[in-house]
Formats: sequence, structure tokens, C-alpha cells
Amino acid sequence: MDIIVCVKRVPDLAEADIVIDRSQRDIEKDDLVFDINEWDNYALEEAVLLKEKLGGTVTTITLGDEDAEEVLRRALAVGADNAVHLDDAAFAGGDAYATAKALAAAIREMPYDLVLAGAQAGDDGYGQVGATLAELLGIPHATLVTSLEVDGKIARVRRELEAGLEEVMELGLPAVLTIQTGINEPRYVSIAGIRRVARREIDVRKASDLGLSAAEVGAAGSKTEIEKLSLPPAAQKGDILEGSTAVVAEKLAAIFASKGWLG
Amino acid sequence: MNEILVLAEHRRGELREITFDLIARGRQLAEKAGAELVAVVLGRGTDGFCATLAQYADRVLVVEDDALRDFNSEPYQAVLAQLISERQPLLTLIGHTACGLDLAPSLAVQLDAALVTDCLEVEIDGGKLTAVRPAYGGRVRASLQAREATHRIATIQAGNAPSPRARDSAGEIVKLQSPLAEEMAYKKLLEYVDTAAGEIDISQSEIIVSVGRGIGDPKNITLVEDLANALGGVLACSRPVVDKKWLPKARQVGISGKTVHPKLYLAIGISGAFQHVTAIKGAGMVVAINKDPKAPIFRVADYGIVGDLFAVVPTLKEKIARAKAGK
Repeated sequence: MDIIVCVKRVPDLAEADIVIDRSQRDIEKDDLVFDINEWDNYALEEAVLLKEKLGGTVTTITLGDEDAEEVLRRALAVGADNAVHLDDAAFAGGDAYATAKALAAAIREMPYDLVLAGAQAGDDGYGQVGATLAELLGIPHATLVTSLEVDGKIARVRRELEAGLEEVMELGLPAVLTIQTGINEPRYVSIAGIRRVARREIDVRKASDLGLSAAEVGAAGSKTEIEKLSLPPAAQKGDILEGSTAVVAEKLAAIFASKGWLG
Repeated sequence: MNEILVLAEHRRGELREITFDLIARGRQLAEKAGAELVAVVLGRGTDGFCATLAQYADRVLVVEDDALRDFNSEPYQAVLAQLISERQPLLTLIGHTACGLDLAPSLAVQLDAALVTDCLEVEIDGGKLTAVRPAYGGRVRASLQAREATHRIATIQAGNAPSPRARDSAGEIVKLQSPLAEEMAYKKLLEYVDTAAGEIDISQSEIIVSVGRGIGDPKNITLVEDLANALGGVLACSRPVVDKKWLPKARQVGISGKTVHPKLYLAIGISGAFQHVTAIKGAGMVVAINKDPKAPIFRVADYGIVGDLFAVVPTLKEKIARAKAGK
């Protein structure tokens, strides 16, 4: 069972101040902390779990600048066997379609039974790359996968729908599956673990290595472009209670009491 | 053709709410563009859906086939690709839902269409598609434009549209021949599974005390549970708590979990992602306790406390217990 897992390095904005940069088309990233995209981390864990169960290989692939290598190192530390880095100035500024096109060109040349990707990325959040990649490769796909079993040439998956409902589907392999958070419990990766794979070779490829011209990838090869980013209005709907912990707790209890909820 | 196409979404015999969002959006766009609003129904035994949609759409196109009875992206894609190629609509609208996410990207590749996903706003002007959509988990708004393309598709975020306006007279219902020749090989729906079956139904409670990622560790959840008990309410949570297996899925409030309408929704350590706040729109009062004053949950909260939940929650529980004892 040869599995390819697509990963992306994204900024973690949990408690960051977001500033739109001067181009208006991106955010200031200099002071941000980056990590593997949360959804991709679950996809990576799922790939390694499958390999541990069924044997075979896990190849991890990313598209990004030289800093993106750190997510490949992380994937190697978790248990990936090979890492491919699509790194070319021509890839910059691509939309989901352009990214999928580059990934498809690289993956087409590799042996694979299954391709896993995160259901979406925490930065752009297009939710497009996995299914686009599947169609470009000419293979079936299922998105938002919350559980996965492989039986010979068939994958049986659960897809997350709305309102607590899931659907169980069967797909013929090879296929692309996009992984939803919560499908597994991603293992912890220590700094020492990442250090151990520091010298492992990474297969770096440019657009020309994939038989793609600069016009076919990145911003030039995209079907959409960002005109402008802005911050949504910070308007608060209600009252922020002010005072010490004891005071705000007292105020809130009084509000509940006035509604008759403490009777 | 001068049409705005809208894909009706249905599941287990019911039209889904998103369909009416799409109809309302589609109508606005059609009026601006001087186009017709056309609803597309793919399914089996769809007469009821068609009659409902004809109240709003200028035309309802129906394709009936056993393979379309339940949503499956493969036959849906085959039928829609043919329909869109033939009719050349100005724009096709699809829900940004579990169905839409499974369908729109591969459909766009097949048609070589420009696709924008998860749109809050869409405009189509002289054949040019522009959209506003969230990025960075809703903390940024991105304005996008699609490059020149033969076809244009947008997936629309649920819950932002006005109620659709009915037409004076019912639109025309047009039955089309199914183009599906044979059974598709690759992808089969086996069954639906309700993950919350047999578990507590939190949506029945008038008071919901909900815990999020900010709780940090599963052993801290008892703090919030104690508060829920003091208020006579039920314990619920946001997605990260379920993803980490700290609470079962039946406790999850959100689009993929429960939509709730309590008189009080108390959100503790919950940042307020779109998928979460959409599901609490029906709450009478929303109260948020979070240490980050910029957390989006405060945009929907009637009352907010910016502070450390580990200090606020036990104090609040004590004040509530005392107020109750005082009566």
C-alpha cells in the first residue's frame, strides 16, 4: 500500500494580532508561528497508521518556499518514508487550482494506491485542493472523511455531513480522500525526533521538473486571484462586564437571577 | 444562456435549508443581471421538491434517475457538467456544504470552470465573477475575482441569505432525460449513520453551558460541568473538544453537530468559529467567557467576560449557588 499525503505549512493565528500587509493581498507573516496545517496533521497520522497496519510506504509532499521544508521534516519524524518538496518561485501566489495542478503533475509520476490531504487549510480555507487533485488525476475522491478502512482495492469511508449525520461510502482505489479533524489522535513529535531526520534527503522539484511552464502554475496558472484582504468589523453586539473576577461573576449571576433562571 | 443556475440540495426526502439561501442569493443576482433564476433538481421522486422550488424559481430543471436518489458526487457531476455545458449559465450556485465540497471542485475541473468557494457575497457583472469569502478561519475577509473562463461556479456559505421571495405565479417545471447511461463504478453510498443516536439530545435543554479549546485539559471539564449543574443546564462543547475525544460528538454544538435554541447559551473558552456561532443563532441570550478580547464569540454575545475561565467559572458557580440558597 503506497500512500501519498499532501501537507502545507500555515501560520497559527490562535492568539496573534493580524495585520494586512502593504500589498493588501496578504497578511504580515514575519512575527507569526508556523506549523503543519491542522487537517493535514490528521491526514499524516492516518497515512502512518495505515502503513503500520498494512505495510507499504508513505510519501509526503508539499508546495511552498524553502521554509515549507520543516513540515516535511515533521512528517518524516512521524513516520513518512519519503518527502517531496515542490519549490519554485513560479509556484508562488497560486490558488487552489494551480496548487492542485502542480501536485497532480508530481503525483502522476509516483506509485500510489491512496492520496490523503487535509479537508481544508487553516489559511485560505478553500477546501478545494484534494478533490481538484483527484479529478486532475482521473481518480475518485471523498471529502471530509472521519473514518477510513482499506480492504484490498476498496476504501470504505465515513464522510461528515451536517447535524451529526455521517454517510458511509465505498470507493475504488486509487482514490483521493480529504481528512476531517478528529479522525484520529495525532502522535506527539519531539524536537529530538525531528532532529533525527534532519539529514534525510528531500526530493526538491521545480516546475520544469514536472513538465510545467511558469505560465501554468502559481499566480499565472490560477483561475482566481485575491484582490484585497480586510479585517471583518470588530463590532461587539453586547456588554462586556467590567471589574474584578468577583464583581463580573456577581453581575452575571444578577443578570441570570433577574431572568428568573436561578429560582 | 442568461440564467443563474442553483443546485437544490436534498437529503432523506427533504430539501435542505441551504437550497433556500441559494435561491434567495440567486434571485438577487438574476435581478441585477436581467437573468432568469433556474433551480436544478437531481433525484428520484422529486415532485414535491419541484413544486416548492417553482414558487421561487423562474424555471425548475429536473433530472430523475435512481443513481441520483441520494447525493453522490459522481453521477451529480456527470449530469451537471452536461447541463452547464449545454445551457452556458452566467453562474452556477452550489451550497458550501458536505455535498458542495464533494462536488464543486471536481465539477469545475471537468468544465474548466472558475470556482470560488465558501462565499459570503457574490457578484456577477458583465460575466465577471467577484466574491467575498473568509480566510484564516474567519479572521480575515478576502475579496476575490475569477479570471475569464467559459463557466463560473460559486459555493455559498450557509445562513447568510434573506428569506427567498415567492413569485406571483409558479415557475415552469421542465423534466429532462437523464444522461446517465450506466451505473458508475467508483463510488457507492452504503448508508447514513446518525452519530448522536441513543445519546443525550442537548438541543432539548433551555440552558446550555458549552466548553471549548480554552479548557486546555480534559480533567478541567468538570469545572464547567459543575457550573452547568448549578444552573440546571446541560454540558455541551465546540468541535475541538470532540476532535480531542474529551467529550462525545452528541455534545457538540455546530453545523456538523447540534443546532440549538436555548434561552441561555454560555460559551466558555470558545473562540467562536463560523461553524459554531451559526448553530447558536436561535439562542435567547449568549454569554461568552474568554481570555481573548478579540475572540469572534464576542461579536455574537449579549454579555461578555474577558478573563481567565479558571478564575471566572468557579467564582460564578459560587455566586449562583449563593443566589439560589438566598431564595
